[in-house]
Amino acid sequence: MQSVESFVVVSLIKSVIAVFVLLTAVAYSVWLERKVVGHIQNRWGPTRVGPFGLLQPLADGIKFLFKEDITPPHVYKTLYIAAPMLSVIFALTSISVIPIGNWVTIAGVHTPLQITDVNIALLIILGVTSMGVYGVALAGWSSNSKYSLLGGLRASAQMVSYEISLGLSLIGVLIMAGSFSLRDIVDSQSGVFWGFIPRWNIFHGQTVAFFVYLMSAFAETNRVPFDLPEAETELVAGYHTEYSAMKFAMFFMAEYANMITVACLATLLFLGGWHGPIWGLTWMQAVLPVFWFLAKVFCFLFLYIWIRGTLPRFRYDQLMAFAWKFLFPLAVANLVITGLVVALRS
Amino acid sequence: MLHLALFSIFGAICVAGAVNLLVQRHPINSALSLIAVMTSLAVEYLLLGAEFVAAVQVIIYAGAIMVLFVFVIMLLNAGEEERTTGSRVAILFGIPGVLLGGVLVAWTLIQRSGTDEVALGALPGSPTIIGWLLFHDFLLPFEVTSLLILIAIMGAVVLAGKPEAETQQTGKGH
Repeated sequence: MQSVESFVVVSLIKSVIAVFVLLTAVAYSVWLERKVVGHIQNRWGPTRVGPFGLLQPLADGIKFLFKEDITPPHVYKTLYIAAPMLSVIFALTSISVIPIGNWVTIAGVHTPLQITDVNIALLIILGVTSMGVYGVALAGWSSNSKYSLLGGLRASAQMVSYEISLGLSLIGVLIMAGSFSLRDIVDSQSGVFWGFIPRWNIFHGQTVAFFVYLMSAFAETNRVPFDLPEAETELVAGYHTEYSAMKFAMFFMAEYANMITVACLATLLFLGGWHGPIWGLTWMQAVLPVFWFLAKVFCFLFLYIWIRGTLPRFRYDQLMAFAWKFLFPLAVANLVITGLVVALRS
Repeated sequence: MLHLALFSIFGAICVAGAVNLLVQRHPINSALSLIAVMTSLAVEYLLLGAEFVAAVQVIIYAGAIMVLFVFVIMLLNAGEEERTTGSRVAILFGIPGVLLGGVLVAWTLIQRSGTDEVALGALPGSPTIIGWLLFHDFLLPFEVTSLLILIAIMGAVVLAGKPEAETQQTGKGH
């Protein structure tokens, strides 16, 4: 049993590191997106600031800080200011239960590679993401402008609809693992089939669930092809039309932080978490699991950007019909079949 | 000690949110205070050891039902409500009702205090226990409840849906 002081110190250190790493990852996924989409469209993307434009996120950050922060006169002020904060708070909170590797011992402290290991981690993430709707909805409403309101309405309707198929797609995995703890879920995916196919959930009966999750996750994070809330051709910029400077940047940060959370969750639930081939020296064996985890998250983020560069946008009625008439029944069917198979086997 | 302090703090937030819900004049502020009440209730459940109930409270009440409330307020664009001096019914029955409720709660607490100590966080509320209770001991009531909810949803759809003739007149809206 650890003493309270060491617990507080270790948790603080881990929180600071996690937030720092997450925010850096957010900044560089913006850079990655601009680069990749640029190359898809036969352009170069950012090249001026630093080698390969690597310092572009820093320049953007400074620009956001020094821009004039305009508050339009017609807004509902309290909520107008609170909305971006809510967005960013909920987006950053979910990282606290995401494990990125096994237990490690550093300087005599034995600790898991996550801020806190709770046995309802998945439910916490679902709860926090469902609260994230408020940031967008309140931003749309408090801006007191028609584009913002329409964007906010679209966003909240879309997020509530897709949350159902998202949640249902996860239940199959929960039935297989028998636990809400992300660590247990990852541990249940160790080993291989026939000597070479990893026993990840995506290859282990949850392929359909993975695709339902993938599409719902795209819609939850308001990304192409589901970016109707910010469809610039019809709504200017959607719910953040009236925002500028750092407040706008906060929505931007929240969106990319949510993308990273979704990618981490996909890796943990369907792609086997930090499991992967491990060899070599002792320090390599300690680092490789984290490397595999990060590599899988990177691949998932790349897929996000790739799809953004490839697909056009849905129409709004298509988006809703897709959620309720296709994804939802598919997720229910997957859930029933998984339940039956697990019940018959045991 | 820390448990007790946190429990009291969130209890106070909960009550303050509930009072604010009544005092605020703008519907959206009231809805947001209700969200604060729901969330601090979830924290209270968590501190009592009912982690599953806490998570479900946040997901369903704060995250889904209240989103619909906010959504409706946004759609209707409800403005500030007018202050009235209060109806006579509220004064005649409300104040005695509140007093009676308070007395009842206080009386129950005094009657039951000191019988046996329940430690904070010692209640059985893990997902396993709740799942076992729902799908073994209380399977029939659970299923009947879900049937009731289904009927309620169908009723809502029937009530909200336009009559046939009207739909044909206005077209399908596309």
